[in-house]
Amino acid sequence: MSLHRIRASAYSAVGLALGLALGAGSASAQEVIVGLVTKTEVNPFFVKMRQAAEARAAEKGVKLIARAGKFDGDNEGQVAAIEDLISAGAKGILVTPNNSSGMLDVIKKAREAGVLVIALDTATDPADAVDATFATDNFEAGVQQGAYARKAMGDKQAVVAMLDGTPGGTVDTFRHDGYLKGFGIAEGDPSIAGAAITNGAQDKGQVGMENLLSKNGDINAVYTINEPAAAGAYAALKSFGKEADVMLTSIDGGCAGVRDVKDGKIAATVMQFPYKMASMGVDAVVEYAASGTKPSGFVNTGSFLITDKPVEGLESKDTAWGLENCWGD
Amino acid sequence: MNTATVSDAETPRSLTARILGTPSVGPLLVLLGFCVIFALTNPRFLATHNLSIILQQTVIIGVLAIGQTLVILTAGIDLAVGAICVLGTIVAGKLVNLGYDPVLSMGFAILLCTAAGLAAGGLVSGLRLPPFIVTLGILGILTAALRLISEGGAFPVRDPFLAWMGNTMKLGGFVLTYGVLIMFTLYAIVWYLLNQTKWGRHVYAIGNNAEAARLVGIPVRRHLLSVYVLAGLIYGIAAWLALGRIPNADPNAMQSANLDSITAVVIGGTSLFGGRGGLIGTLIGALIVGVLRNGLTLAGIDPLWQDLVTGILVIIAVALDQMSRRRS
Amino acid sequence: MADHSPHVVLEARNVVKTYGHVTALDGVDFELRAGEILAVVGDNGAGKSTLIKTLTGAVHPTSGDILLDGAPVHFKGPLDARHAGIETVYQDLAVAPALDIAANLFLGRELRAPGLLGSLFRRLDKKRMREEARRAMGELKFRLPAIDNPVESLSGGQRQGVAVARAALFARKLVIMDEPTAALGVRETGQVLELIRSIRDRGLPVVLISHNMPNVFDIADRIHIMRLGRRAAVVTPKTHSMNDVVAIMTGAATA
Repeated sequence: MSLHRIRASAYSAVGLALGLALGAGSASAQEVIVGLVTKTEVNPFFVKMRQAAEARAAEKGVKLIARAGKFDGDNEGQVAAIEDLISAGAKGILVTPNNSSGMLDVIKKAREAGVLVIALDTATDPADAVDATFATDNFEAGVQQGAYARKAMGDKQAVVAMLDGTPGGTVDTFRHDGYLKGFGIAEGDPSIAGAAITNGAQDKGQVGMENLLSKNGDINAVYTINEPAAAGAYAALKSFGKEADVMLTSIDGGCAGVRDVKDGKIAATVMQFPYKMASMGVDAVVEYAASGTKPSGFVNTGSFLITDKPVEGLESKDTAWGLENCWGD
Repeated sequence: MNTATVSDAETPRSLTARILGTPSVGPLLVLLGFCVIFALTNPRFLATHNLSIILQQTVIIGVLAIGQTLVILTAGIDLAVGAICVLGTIVAGKLVNLGYDPVLSMGFAILLCTAAGLAAGGLVSGLRLPPFIVTLGILGILTAALRLISEGGAFPVRDPFLAWMGNTMKLGGFVLTYGVLIMFTLYAIVWYLLNQTKWGRHVYAIGNNAEAARLVGIPVRRHLLSVYVLAGLIYGIAAWLALGRIPNADPNAMQSANLDSITAVVIGGTSLFGGRGGLIGTLIGALIVGVLRNGLTLAGIDPLWQDLVTGILVIIAVALDQMSRRRS
Repeated sequence: MADHSPHVVLEARNVVKTYGHVTALDGVDFELRAGEILAVVGDNGAGKSTLIKTLTGAVHPTSGDILLDGAPVHFKGPLDARHAGIETVYQDLAVAPALDIAANLFLGRELRAPGLLGSLFRRLDKKRMREEARRAMGELKFRLPAIDNPVESLSGGQRQGVAVARAALFARKLVIMDEPTAALGVRETGQVLELIRSIRDRGLPVVLISHNMPNVFDIADRIHIMRLGRRAAVVTPKTHSMNDVVAIMTGAATA
């Protein structure tokens, strides 16, 4: 019997101690609260976004509460996060939706409660479900990647491999389609040797590339959803001894990715600017809190081609500039 | 025969011993403690609107954790909870979007989830494979199959019947979704089954000592099968609840549902070794996780602390369970 | 043996059990009389456990008859034997430790509440089971903590006591105990033996399989000695010593 007593009280004592420790660290509820809901906490892109938002919030004297999904596709976690932020009295919520249609209801609820909602990085579907979208034009970024690859390959007959991220994702689709457009081919073109799902992860990028190379050894152009996938693809290409003959390109602008461009592993990457999205978002909420003005529509935060081997007719920056402006370190 | 000495032979069990001996008391105190702390840090925490949101957020994991509790009580573990539930959302959503009757579509989807439970139970009880491996296999199969069915992507499901669970009603000052009421109803039903019927008592007996259960004539394999089938049915109902909460079928959703539901069960005081614990603890466990996440956000604290605190609670709960098992 | 033969509850006649070329039982006879404790002893491999398994339906004899109250029976499995009124207690504690004493006593035979609650809602009658459990333990004069304590809070002897009491509670014809004290200490063994005596005194005959000669001599009315798949002899503690029994077991002597 005494054991049970010990059990119950030990359990609750430790639990309460933890709670008190946490409670002691909390802040007052009077200041302007900006909510940030990112896709996951693991992707350095979103970590950068969060850090930038925190820095900007500190500058402006507002409180930032950041939440994230647990994994790519965690709609439930993001919906819960927005609900909690409404409850917490957030003035504005910046969100990178895991799924472009998964959280329309909760966004509507937030806006009805007078909360400014801005989509960062990823648009909702329909795009006007939120007040405004601050993002990279991912289609345009895809076009930049594809156009570079095509031009840099000259007259060579192309055999293309597509290393996609998570199928069905909005960003994924835009970048994929943009690449094809930039490359000047259509979906289903015979020059496309195949596609693999990488979830934007290096290990899966490597496995996907290995499999595609086994399937078709003539692959000489590789689209990648992001730089980790590209790093995986490079490892696979190297093990097949083909790293010099293949036009490997990517999107993101993470510092590791830019270094890979500098080292010649990736021919070019398209940099996007998460810190710009985040700080613009915080500014917009601060402005809304002060004057009630809301931003609207799609605001392109821009993308830049980063390469040390520029091609004619395409604007680009070198890796020195890239390393100054990259994110993720 | 002299029966007068019976009561003398017994050491009576005191009321406090009974209360403290109930495994869900520790978790309940933790839950209440957190509520008090969060209420003190931010008065908004206790707003009826906020409390009702916490309940809504608890619904899916809360219901999945019912099935998980049943399986864990038999000394098993279910890694396919999320995948089976997603199966339900995708199949129901797909069928409705193809123009089939929503009631039949949802019914068929729930049936399919039940069948997935049957498959798991059949492999565990019939072939005597370890539940960990069986459900891991089902998780893999379903994850792949669902991505294939849905062609990889999520799709919106806009049907009033499928979204029915998201409708709200007022109860006092409380806005409750039907989903919340269904969750409590399911808890009540399964609690009754576990605590007031032979079926439930045999679930405990099997988890406690399967050999002893067999020796007293309990049809252990058939009983195990029934547990997995019921769990599958519950996951199917959870799929309907999920569509009520987010009208979206996503093959990538619920990847953390396995661990989240196991967390709720374990924090709730149910032993991973089977045969000990109960459903009330699981409900409290699920609420602790929901309250922590919500309360920390309201307090303006990084919600990563939620994972940390939850992790500590899990370890404490398992350590206490291990201690009490070793002592006995 | 006495002429005025007492009522025979369970009987085996010329039972043979072979596994391929191996003969486990080679025409064994067995006889359990009303109101007695019959110990079954024998060396390892003498056929003790095969004999018990045939009596409880776990093993089907190759040939020979088994009679319960004089009528031939053919048990398809242990459940059959149980339905016929034969209960078995095993060496390893066949209890569910986290369930309470009453729940363990009624495990597999739970009582349902009267009326609709029981028939439609399948509700257990916990109160009645507790009362019955208290009454049964009282009749057996077995001292236990309160009936709603989990079995894991009991000592090993008390736990085995629960298993033995369960068998006694539901056996209509006889109880078979397979090494019920093998896992217990001296004092706890004493408790369980006392309990076995109370069961006999209530009129239920008991078959006790045991390796422990002092225990057997302490409690048995008669001793059935197995050797090489047959009944070598039936003796009583009054007429034979432990050494005699061991000698018969090993074939060094005959009865």
